[in-house]
Amino acid sequence: MSFIPGQPVTAVVQRIEIQKLRQDSNLILGFSIGGGIDQDPGQNPFSEDKTDKGIYVTRISPGGPADVAGLKIGDKIMQVNGWDMTMVTHDKARKKLTKKNEDVVRLLVTRKSLEDAVKKSKNPSYPRP
Amino acid sequence: MDTESTYSGYSHYSGRSRGSHRHGERSRDRHKSRSKDSRSEKSVTINTPPVEPLLGDSSVRGEQVQDDNWGETTTAVTGTSEHSLSQEDIVRITKDLEDSVGLDCRRYLTRTLAVILGLLVFLTPLAFLVLPHVLWPEKLQSCGTACEGLFISVAFKLLILLLAVWALFFRPARAGLPRVFVFRVLLIVLVLLFVASYWLFYSVRILDLQDDNYQGIVQYAVSLVDALLFIHYLAVVLLELRQLQPCFSVCVTRSTDGETRQYNLGQLSIQRAALAIVEHYYCDFPIHNPALLSASKSRAAKHLAGLKVYNVDGELAAAPAEGPGNNAAAGLAHSQSRAMIAAAARRRDTSHNELYYEEAEHERRVRKRKARLVVAVEEAFTHIKRMQEEEQKKAPGDVMDPREAAQAIFPSMARALQKYLRTTKQQHCHSMESIQQHLAFCITNNMTPKAFLESYLTPGPTLQYSRDHWLARQWTLISEASVTSGLKDGTVFLLKCVDFSLVVTSKKIPYIQMSEEYIDPKSHKFVLRLQSETSV
Repeated sequence: MSFIPGQPVTAVVQRIEIQKLRQDSNLILGFSIGGGIDQDPGQNPFSEDKTDKGIYVTRISPGGPADVAGLKIGDKIMQVNGWDMTMVTHDKARKKLTKKNEDVVRLLVTRKSLEDAVKKSKNPSYPRP
Repeated sequence: MDTESTYSGYSHYSGRSRGSHRHGERSRDRHKSRSKDSRSEKSVTINTPPVEPLLGDSSVRGEQVQDDNWGETTTAVTGTSEHSLSQEDIVRITKDLEDSVGLDCRRYLTRTLAVILGLLVFLTPLAFLVLPHVLWPEKLQSCGTACEGLFISVAFKLLILLLAVWALFFRPARAGLPRVFVFRVLLIVLVLLFVASYWLFYSVRILDLQDDNYQGIVQYAVSLVDALLFIHYLAVVLLELRQLQPCFSVCVTRSTDGETRQYNLGQLSIQRAALAIVEHYYCDFPIHNPALLSASKSRAAKHLAGLKVYNVDGELAAAPAEGPGNNAAAGLAHSQSRAMIAAAARRRDTSHNELYYEEAEHERRVRKRKARLVVAVEEAFTHIKRMQEEEQKKAPGDVMDPREAAQAIFPSMARALQKYLRTTKQQHCHSMESIQQHLAFCITNNMTPKAFLESYLTPGPTLQYSRDHWLARQWTLISEASVTSGLKDGTVFLLKCVDFSLVVTSKKIPYIQMSEEYIDPKSHKFVLRLQSETSV
């Protein structure tokens, strides 16, 4: 998931659609995010590259909308409803996820296991982990 | 002189010519007639009091002299006499006299009774010890060593009791309260009962039987002294210690200008709480200045004078008849007042505008005068300086003591000071004599001009001013509950003085339930959080 500066970023992504749940006049998604271009990337436990300032999923509430939709802890969020999440501040990411007039968010997320799965399917002799 | 003729005319028609009591009655009647004056203005006018001092023999109480011919026989006294007092002062003096004579009697009476009682109680143990020797000396067993040791114990305990009673009870009385102090009465009754029962036992068992066991008698006397000491301990707890713990928060408001203070009091009866509050009043509240209230009174008068009610329809609230007639009259008055209120609300009142500009103007004027005053005083203080010891021997020429120094520099600041006091309406609080005294005091104690001015720039507590400003030592306690009952939550009472009244409300300090939480000092651990996590 590292990127080479100057080259476009490529990643294998999974499309996840989460329906927001109404709870006490709030619309919640049921997970927590960490990261952002204004945060310290070295503290991120989920990233492979410790200079990666992307938005990561740090916690999932069990049984919540995100859990139901298949979001996993450690996922890096690439897009939210078409908005890019690879170069945003933490607060902007939060705002894009918590818009009050949207009932559903469509995320593009990536994780290490996706890459591995694709590599395995491309190369049958790829050693299984 | 005019006064002589009126005096003799009065006494001739009064119908009571008691010789020595003439002065007192006269003062009483003049006092009474002033209230009649305002009603019958056409018949008689009294402008000044008589020349004879009113502080004569005014111990007369009781019957008022109803002299119906008084108005016609006494001629008006005009012109001034050398001792002119204002009406308020006369009212105050006569009131003070009426009450001080009564109170003094009461105070001295209670004091002498208390002293007699104390002496009786004090001498009782000694009497117990001495009487056997006097009455049946032959039969009495001789006093052994233990017995004589008890003599020493009795002596010292009596000495301690004497000192303790002197410390607790023989203090100058602070005030005269309207009713008796319940705890004191209780203690007196207890002591009397106690001593009476001891005497009873003594007389029945010992005197009648002429008991010869002297040691037993001495031990009996020692037990009496012990018990008296314990009663004294009870007195200390009831009279002094019980009200120390704060239990109520009282809010005291002055009725004329709204000055408010809060105090914490313990469990006291209403009269003792009132006494504590009046003592605090003299120390904390700024002096009551009636000149500052005239502006709001004139505004109120203007409001009232603004509207007049005319009855166009011709219905008169004539004779108050029974039932419906009365209702009609009352209804008419109601509708009149309601109409006035409605009209006053509707009309465009510009008095708020006047008030605003007037206050701004006054503020500006006060600040200007204050600036001039400060500069004048500072300049005046530079004219004198303290002479050192060595200089004293060298130049004994123009040496002044503080009073003369004050008199020397006073004229240069007098005008500015007087103008400032007039602007802030304080000129009646400070006489020239008092200002000069204060100046001499400040010079003596090396105070700066700012320190000298402080007592004129802000109105201080009542005790700071001259004696005639707190002449009203007579306070009336007005209360719905009995004044010997204790303070409760929501008690309201009034302390009325001649010029104003203090409204007192009390609230109970709530019961506080505190719980504890233990924190282990090792549990204070921290991590750095540079990565913020937001839940969405």
